[in-house]
Amino acid sequence: MKLHEYQAKGVFADAGIPTPPSQLADDVDGVVDAAGEIGYPVAIKAQVQVGGRGKAGGIKLVEDEDEAREAADDILGMDLKGYHVDRVLVEGAVDFVDELYVGITMDRGEGKPVAMVSTKGGVNIEEVAEEDPDAIAREHVDPAFGMHPYQARKAVYDAGVDPTVARDVSNVLMTLYDLWEQKDGSDAEINPLMVTADDEVIAADAVMNVDEDALFRQPELAEMEEEAASGDELEQKADEYDFDYVRLEGNTGIIGNGAGLVMTTLDLVDHYGGEPANFLDVGGGAKAQRIANALDMVFSDDNVDSVVFNIFGGITRGDEVAKGINEALEQFDEIPKPVVVRLAGTNWEEGMEILNEDLVTVEETLEDAVQRAVEYAEEVEA
Amino acid sequence: MSVLVDDDTRVVVQGITGGEGKFHAEQMIEYGTNVVAGAVPGKGGQEAAGVPVYDTVHEAVEEENADTSVIFVPPAFAGDAIFEALDADLDLAVAITEGIPTQDMARVNKRLSETDTRLIGPNCPGLITPGEAKLGILPGNIFSEGNVGLVSRSGTLTYQVVDNLTNRGIGQTTAIGIGGDPIIGTTFIDALELFENDPDTDAIVMCGEIGGEDEEQAAAFIDEHVDTPVAGFIAGRTAPPGKRMGHAGAIVSGSGTGTAESKINALNDAGVPVGDTPEEVADHIEEFLG
Repeated sequence: MKLHEYQAKGVFADAGIPTPPSQLADDVDGVVDAAGEIGYPVAIKAQVQVGGRGKAGGIKLVEDEDEAREAADDILGMDLKGYHVDRVLVEGAVDFVDELYVGITMDRGEGKPVAMVSTKGGVNIEEVAEEDPDAIAREHVDPAFGMHPYQARKAVYDAGVDPTVARDVSNVLMTLYDLWEQKDGSDAEINPLMVTADDEVIAADAVMNVDEDALFRQPELAEMEEEAASGDELEQKADEYDFDYVRLEGNTGIIGNGAGLVMTTLDLVDHYGGEPANFLDVGGGAKAQRIANALDMVFSDDNVDSVVFNIFGGITRGDEVAKGINEALEQFDEIPKPVVVRLAGTNWEEGMEILNEDLVTVEETLEDAVQRAVEYAEEVEA
Repeated sequence: MSVLVDDDTRVVVQGITGGEGKFHAEQMIEYGTNVVAGAVPGKGGQEAAGVPVYDTVHEAVEEENADTSVIFVPPAFAGDAIFEALDADLDLAVAITEGIPTQDMARVNKRLSETDTRLIGPNCPGLITPGEAKLGILPGNIFSEGNVGLVSRSGTLTYQVVDNLTNRGIGQTTAIGIGGDPIIGTTFIDALELFENDPDTDAIVMCGEIGGEDEEQAAAFIDEHVDTPVAGFIAGRTAPPGKRMGHAGAIVSGSGTGTAESKINALNDAGVPVGDTPEEVADHIEEFLG
C-alpha cells in the first residue's frame, strides 16, 4: 500500500523529520486560502500516486494569488497519467542550494534492509542507479539490531554529503529507518531532501510504501488505506473483492489460481495470438462466492470478449469453483461473454459433474482452453 | 531415492488444530507421511488428526523425536513459529503460510544463517517425494515416482508442469515449491545442488517467474556446477513493467534485470532450454531422458 505524499509527509513530520508547512485543498478557494496562510511562493502539488508529476504538469510553483488560482484551476480535475486529480497539497516553497536523496528499502537479494544516500537528489533516482550506481552510497542493516548511528554517518560520508549538514542528514536517515521498521515499510524515501542556504535540511517530497501483509499491526496506517486507494474503477473494485488484479489492454479475460499459473495463462494467450485483458488471481482455497465475484469483475471490463478459467486445485477445490461459475452464470438470461473452463487437480471430477455445460465450454488441457478462448475473442472482434 | 524428505522423516505440524493444519495433516498422513505430533500453544494434551498435540515444538522433539516441522500458523504468528522451529534444532522446517510480513522474514533469515536447520518457504506448497512422503498442501495424486527433480517458485505452476510430466509417464524424485516471497529460505541454487548430488535424479525442471534475480543467479550456478540436464520455464513474459502481479516477489523493475527476457537469456546462456509452454518443458525433459 502506497501512501499519498501528504499522508507520508504527515507520518514523517510526526517522527521529527523537517517538512515544509503545507495544507491539503480540494477546490480553488481552498488553495488560495491555504497559500495565503502559508505565504507565497508556494508549490501546488497533485495528490495522485504516479511518478513524474512535475513533468506531467501536476506540480506548479506560484508567486501570487492570481497564479495560484490559475494553477489550482489547471491541476484540480486534470487527468494525470490516467488518475483523476481531486486534491492538491499546497506547500511552502523551499529556497534550496542542494538536493539529496535518502531512502530505505528491503534488498531481497541480501534479505536485509538497505539504507541509501545520494547527493544526486531531485531527479529520477532509478536512472541514477542505472547510469551511475556509485553515486548512491549503500549500507546494509542487520534486521535484528536495526541501524546503528555509525552506519547512518558512514552512508552520509560515503555519499559525499557536505560536512556542514552531514549530522542533520544522518539524523534524518536514522529517523527514516526507525519509521520504516516501526511502520512495516517496504520503501521509505525522501527525494529531494533539500538543503537551504542556512544549512537546514527539509523533506520536500515523501514516499512511503507499507507492507500490506503487516497492516494487521499498523492500525493507524490501515485507516489511511481507503484514502490511499488508487487506480481505475475496476482496480478499486478488485480491492473491494480482495483480488490480485491488474487490468491490461487486450480482450481475453483471464481468471486462475496462483500468481505463477495465472501469469503462465497470460503468456499462453499471447503465445496463441491473443491479447490478455487482465491478470486475476483468486488466490488459494477460493469458495463459490469468490469465483462468482471474479467472473463479475472480468465481465465488467468492456474490453473483454471472452473469458478463460484456469484452475489447478491444490488447496482450491474444483467442486467449489464449478459451483461459483454456475451461480455467476445462471443469473443471466444470456451469457454476456463466452466462458471457457479448464479444471484440474483437487476434486476436478466432482467439479466437472457439477459444472453446467450449457453455460460454458469445457476443455481438458490448459493449451486447448487458452486456444479456444482466443478463438472466441477473435470471433467477436471479426 | 529423494532429497530432503522420505518415509523416515518424522513430522510435527505446527498449527495442527486450525482448519488448514488439521485438513492437511490428515492429507499428509493419508499419503503416507510419518506425522508424529502437532504443536499448538495451549492445546497440549489434546489429539488432532490422530496424533498427540504438544504446547511447544521442543516437547514434540523430546517426546516423539520429530525432526521436521510443517507450519500452518496464521501470518501474524508465523514468523515466531519459524523461530521456534529453528530453536528446536530441527533438520527441516516447511512454512506454508502466505502473507508473513517481509520484515519478520528478514529477521528469520538472519537467525536461519546461524542454525543448521533448512527452511523451505514461506508461502509455498511444500515438497513431495512421490510414493514416500509429502510435506505441505500439494495434491499427491498428480505426482508419480521417477527420476526428475523439480523446483519452482509457484505452487499451481508446479502442479501444471508435474501434470504434463506424469501424463507422459515421467515421474519425479522430489518436487520442491520454494515459494515466491521476496525473502525465502531454500533457494533455486540450494535445490539444484541437492538434485545434482542425488544419484537418482537424472533431469531437473526449474520453474521461475519475473521479479528478483534468483533465476539469473541460478543460471550462473548451473553453468559452473550442474551436470544434470535442466529444463526451465519462466512465467510472466507478458507482464507489463511496473505492475504488481500477485505477490511482492513479482515486480518487474524495468531496469533490465528481473524480467522474463533477462531470466530466459541467462538460462539459455547456461545451456538450459526454456519452454514457451509447460508442454514444451515436458518435451525437453523427454529428450534429456531419451
